Amino acid sequence: MTVDAIIVGSGPGGSTAAEVLTRAGWSVVIMEKGRNHLLDPHDLTRPAADYSNDELKFTVRHFLGPDPLVEPRAFRRRADEGEHTHVGEVNSIPSTVGGGGTHADGKVPRFREEDFALLSAYGPQDEANVADWPVTYEELEPYYAEVEKAIGVAGRAGANPFAAWRSGPYPMPPGAPMYGALLSSAAATRLGLHPYEAPTAANSVPYDGRPACNNCGFCSYFGCPIHAKGDPVALLTTTMATGRAELMAETYVSRLRIEGRRAKGVDYIGPDGVEHSMDAKVVIVAGGAIETPRLLLLSGLEHPALGRHLMVHFQTIVVGHFQDLRLHPYKGRSVTHVHDDAMVQDERSRAAAVEAGLPWIRGGMVEHAGGGFLIGSARHMPWGKAHAQAMRDSTFDDRMWAFIMQGEDLAYPTNAVDLSPSIRDARGFPVARITYRPGRHELAASGHHGKILLGVLEEMGADWTILHSSPGVEEAGLGSSPLPESRHVIGTARMGDDPATSVVDRWGRVHTLDNVVVADSSVFVTSAGYGPTLTLVALSSRAAHHLAGSAPG
Amino acid sequence: MPVWLTEHEYAVLRAACAQMLPSDQGAPGAEEAGVADYIDILLGAFTFDPPRIWAGGPTSGRAGGAPEFAHFHRLSALDELAWRMRIEGSQGLPGREFNGPVIGLQETYRRGLAALGDDFCAADGAEQRRRLRADENFRATLYGHCCEGMYAAPEYGGNRDGVGWSYLGRDGDVQPRGYTDEEVSGP
Repeated sequence: MTVDAIIVGSGPGGSTAAEVLTRAGWSVVIMEKGRNHLLDPHDLTRPAADYSNDELKFTVRHFLGPDPLVEPRAFRRRADEGEHTHVGEVNSIPSTVGGGGTHADGKVPRFREEDFALLSAYGPQDEANVADWPVTYEELEPYYAEVEKAIGVAGRAGANPFAAWRSGPYPMPPGAPMYGALLSSAAATRLGLHPYEAPTAANSVPYDGRPACNNCGFCSYFGCPIHAKGDPVALLTTTMATGRAELMAETYVSRLRIEGRRAKGVDYIGPDGVEHSMDAKVVIVAGGAIETPRLLLLSGLEHPALGRHLMVHFQTIVVGHFQDLRLHPYKGRSVTHVHDDAMVQDERSRAAAVEAGLPWIRGGMVEHAGGGFLIGSARHMPWGKAHAQAMRDSTFDDRMWAFIMQGEDLAYPTNAVDLSPSIRDARGFPVARITYRPGRHELAASGHHGKILLGVLEEMGADWTILHSSPGVEEAGLGSSPLPESRHVIGTARMGDDPATSVVDRWGRVHTLDNVVVADSSVFVTSAGYGPTLTLVALSSRAAHHLAGSAPG
Repeated sequence: MPVWLTEHEYAVLRAACAQMLPSDQGAPGAEEAGVADYIDILLGAFTFDPPRIWAGGPTSGRAGGAPEFAHFHRLSALDELAWRMRIEGSQGLPGREFNGPVIGLQETYRRGLAALGDDFCAADGAEQRRRLRADENFRATLYGHCCEGMYAAPEYGGNRDGVGWSYLGRDGDVQPRGYTDEEVSGP
C-alpha cells in the first residue's frame, strides 16, 4: 500500500499537516509512538474522556509519556563533560496522540516581524549563528490566521502594543483574568510595562462544538478534561472526519527508508512489537526538535547542521511571597497575562548589553503565573512536625506569585541533539543525547530582565523574592539543576535557502530529500522569546498547503 | 491485610509515615490519610486488574459527574514494562536491563523498612526520627511517596476522604463544576 503521506508524530505540527492535506483530498497515515488518550477509540472524530484533574497521573506517573525508564534521554552541558552526566527525563514533551498540544496551557502568541529577520534587525553575535529566516511574517500571516481559527484562540487584538499586525480579530475574546494576574499586571503597568491578555487556545466561549473553559486550573501539564483546549484535538477530529486519514497510535517509526533523493516510506514497530514497513509518496516528520533529528540521524541522513542549534528558552524565574494575600492560582487557565517588554530594546537593555560586552540582548515573553499543585508544593516542604503548618502557610502555592521569562536562546552550534553512544530505549534504538548550556547572551538578558521583574513583584507587595533560572547556572549563582525545564525545543533542522548551512528549505523540505518535509519547531532559525506552538503550526500549514497546491483560508 | 507488604513491614511503614507527616494541631497526618495504604498499593499495583497506576477520567464524582476515577486505565505493553521495571526492578531480565540493572521500589522498601529495625514500632518518636535520618536516600523516597499519598486523589489509596485537601481548604479535582469567572478574578 502506498499512501499519499505518512506523518510521523500527531502533535500540533503533524496534526496541522494532516488536516490541511486531507482537506485537499490526500490520504494520510499518522503514526504516533505514544498512546491515544485524546480521541474516542470508538469514534475518532470525537474527543476521548481520559483526561482528569489528577496531579499524580499527569505530573508524577507519566500518563502522557514518555516514561523515562523505557524512553530515556541523555544529557550533558558540554562535550568535554564526557558521554553524558544524566540519563532520564530531559525536555520531555508528551509522547501521546496530540503530542505537546495536550499538556500545554495553550498560550499561542504569534512571533513578530523582526523575529524572522534577527540578523538584519540586530546584527550578528559572536559564538552564535544569528540568521534571518527564509520566511517573513508577511508570508506567514495568512497561515497564522488560518490556524488560529482552526484551533480556536482567545485574545484581544491591540492589547499588546508590541504585537505584529493582524489581518483580523482573534476568534474569541479573552477568558477570565486570574486574580493574581490582575494584581501583577497592575503593578507592571505602574512601572511602565505593558501586560496584556495572553492569546490562549482555550475556549472562552463555546467554539467549534467544544465547551468554554470552566477554569478548573488543571491546565499547564494536564490534558483538558472537557477539551476546551483546541490544540490539536480540533485539528485531529476534523482530519478523522474526512475519512481520508488513519491514526496509528503506539506505532514507533524507527527509520525512513531512504533511496537516493527520496524516502520510499518508513519502517515502524507496531503495538504488536513487530517491525513493519509502509510506503508513501511523501513523508512528513513532526516529532519535535529532539525526536525529529534523532529519527533523521537513525535513518542515516547526514548534514553538518542536523541536530545543531538546539534552543530551549532559557527561563528566568522570579518568585514573590505575599503574606497577606491568597492568590488562588489553582483557579483559572494557569497563565492569563503576559508582557513582551523584555523583547523590546530600550536604553537600559542597551546599557546592559554594553556592560556584558555584547552587541545586543533580547529577553522573552514574561508569563504572570501562580504556584504549583499540592504534591509538587509538598515536596519542597519539611517533613515532620513542621509540615502541616508549612502547607497551611502555602509559601509555594496560594501565597506565591511568579514571573517566568521564556528568554530567547540564540542558536549555538555547540548546543545539539545527537545519538547517545550507549543509552538505548526499550526497543533497542539509541536515544537522543542533548548537549546544552546557555551562552553569554542568555545570562546577560536573564540578569538584566530578572532585576526588572523583581522590582515588579516588590511593587505588587511581595515581602520577599527569589530569582533563579532554568537550567541553573552555578557560576551565576542561579538555581542548581543543569537540566533545562523548558518544554520549548527548537532549531535542530534549521530552515534556509543555502543547502550547505541549513537542513530544510523554506517549505520545510529536506534539501537532500525531495519528498521529506519537517513540520515542527526543528526548522526554526531563531527561537524568539515566544512559545513555538503557533508558529510551528502556521509553518506546518504553509508547508502542507505548498505540497497540496492549496491556499489557506 | 496489606496488598504487597507483610503485616510487619506494613506496621513499620505506618509508623515511619506517621513521623514523616504527623498529625498536628488539628491537621490530619499520614495516619488519618492512609498514606501507608497508598504506598502498599503502589508496591502491589500489579495485583490489580487493571493495575492501579492511572485513575480514569474525566470526573471523580466529588464535584459532580460519574465516579470515573475509580476505573483505572489499562496499560500498553510498553507502559507495563516501564511500571514493572519501576516497581519490581529489572530482576536480571534482559528485556528490562537494556541500560543496566534497575532497582525496583519493592526492593527499596523491603530493604529500607528492614533497616529501620525490627523494633521500630516500639521505639519512641525521637529514636524513630533518628533512624529515618540514617538513610537519606530511603527517607527521600519515602517522603516523596508520603506527599503523593497525602495529596493525590483518594482513588490511589491515600488521602482518605480527601483529608489532605480539606485541611488546606482545597477542593482537589473540580470537574465538571470548575470555578466561576468571579471565583477566578476576585480575591
